[in-house]
Amino acid sequence: MSGHHAHPLLDDVPIASAVQRLDARVKLVCLLGFVFAVVATPAHAVLAFAGYAVLVGGAVALARLPLRVLARRMVIEIPFVTFALALPVIGTGPRTEVAGVSLSVAGLWGAWSILAKATLGVAAAVILGWSTAVADVLIGLDQLRVPRVIVMIAGFMVRYLSVLGGELQRLQVARTSRGDDPRWFWQGKAAAATAGTLFVRSYERGERVQQAMLARGFTGRFPATATSATSATSPATTATRFRRWFPALLWPALAWVIAASALLR
Amino acid sequence: MSAPPAVELDSLGYAYPDGHRALDGVTLTVAPGERVAILGPNGSGKTTLVLHLNGVLVPTTGTVRVDGLAVAGDDLPEVRRRVGVVFQDPDDQLFMPTVGQDVAFGPANLGATGADLDRVVADALALVGMAGAADRPPHHLSLGQRRRVALATVLSMDPSVLVFDEPSANLDPFARRELVEIVTALARTTIVVTHDLLYAAELCPRSVILDDGRIVADGPTLELLADAPRLARHRLELPRLARLATEQPGTIARG
Repeated sequence: MSGHHAHPLLDDVPIASAVQRLDARVKLVCLLGFVFAVVATPAHAVLAFAGYAVLVGGAVALARLPLRVLARRMVIEIPFVTFALALPVIGTGPRTEVAGVSLSVAGLWGAWSILAKATLGVAAAVILGWSTAVADVLIGLDQLRVPRVIVMIAGFMVRYLSVLGGELQRLQVARTSRGDDPRWFWQGKAAAATAGTLFVRSYERGERVQQAMLARGFTGRFPATATSATSATSPATTATRFRRWFPALLWPALAWVIAASALLR
Repeated sequence: MSAPPAVELDSLGYAYPDGHRALDGVTLTVAPGERVAILGPNGSGKTTLVLHLNGVLVPTTGTVRVDGLAVAGDDLPEVRRRVGVVFQDPDDQLFMPTVGQDVAFGPANLGATGADLDRVVADALALVGMAGAADRPPHHLSLGQRRRVALATVLSMDPSVLVFDEPSANLDPFARRELVEIVTALARTTIVVTHDLLYAAELCPRSVILDDGRIVADGPTLELLADAPRLARHRLELPRLARLATEQPGTIARG
């Protein structure tokens, strides 16, 4: 592999902010707590979702996350929510007229629920990604006792994203160099072949990586220190631990207050 | 009794599951501290041979021994510590998010932890001139740097035998020379598998030629390289410029 391919997502050094300074573990726990609160909220509690949106907005401001960047990264949500848009059309039960189109009421609520919950969850995850270096997220997951094999798989993904991206780029350059210029979906045969080639190459690379791991004494169990080596975490007293966790945990706690009031109403 | 050979291959044969015979009775003895190049064209079985030296592949026939230990069974973990393989593509070898974590992977598998582990990692990186790179992600490094880090990942296991698969591949001239200097300074038993004859000449006093799964020549590197007809029979040749310089001294200087 000649040259090295920097990956913008992986190479972002987080901009200094109150959120960036938080321990990655704190942020992961906050994210998970917030997402659980959002998911537990019934779709009809529209005010609760407004409350969550205010919480996300506050965190975006604290993290100094530009709205343009937030919007760009939210695009990842689109493939997952596209199907939600079909729900009002294919839904059953009582129907209502919206601009002359007959739509299912239950389907509309279903679409709203998926869109609102996905958007809030993805926005919260984008805040984590924006304010935290990828290596710190991995270390945080390991320190939170997430099964090591899952952390390692995530680590492999991070490591090889740029390698695969480079390979894909070379395949595409080679393809366009020979006159391929697909404009429409049905002209995408060569692109599909590229995807197949990339899959086979990745599979073979996986085999070579495993050989390299075996050669260095890997026996199927990841060593305890493999993910946290060289990341010295200073021993924390109860006071510093409290300062590290307490203010941040207010954020998911507020979300839970909103969820509880919506659920109990 | 003298010390056992560092590496001893005895009538090593290997056939891939599809029946292709990649190695066909390879016998080779490497003394402790020796640096030997295994030369051969593409498809001669070089990489297959490398994978036998640490037991990733198991011979169909014959035996492999390292420091007198069989490359099989109970001795396999110890053999994998003693044989450090530097693979051709550093992206295959560097699989952890940061350089430091990657260099720590081998010794951590062997049970090193805490300050011991940190020291081993720092020492290995210093040996290849990459001290201070521990926190960098591999994809930020040049190919030459990545190959040096790949070497550090095996040095951290304190191997007695170093094995390189095409170490000069895709390196620029400066990075090639840096690697030669590092490897010669390490002064360990070294096996270099390559079709880069000039690189073999720089690194290894002794060479063997592997062709079609067999060793067809064994001797001082410079003698082997001087025999152009034999090299040609095995699909090897020196670069034209180097040939001119040996056959007609002064040609290049005269321009």
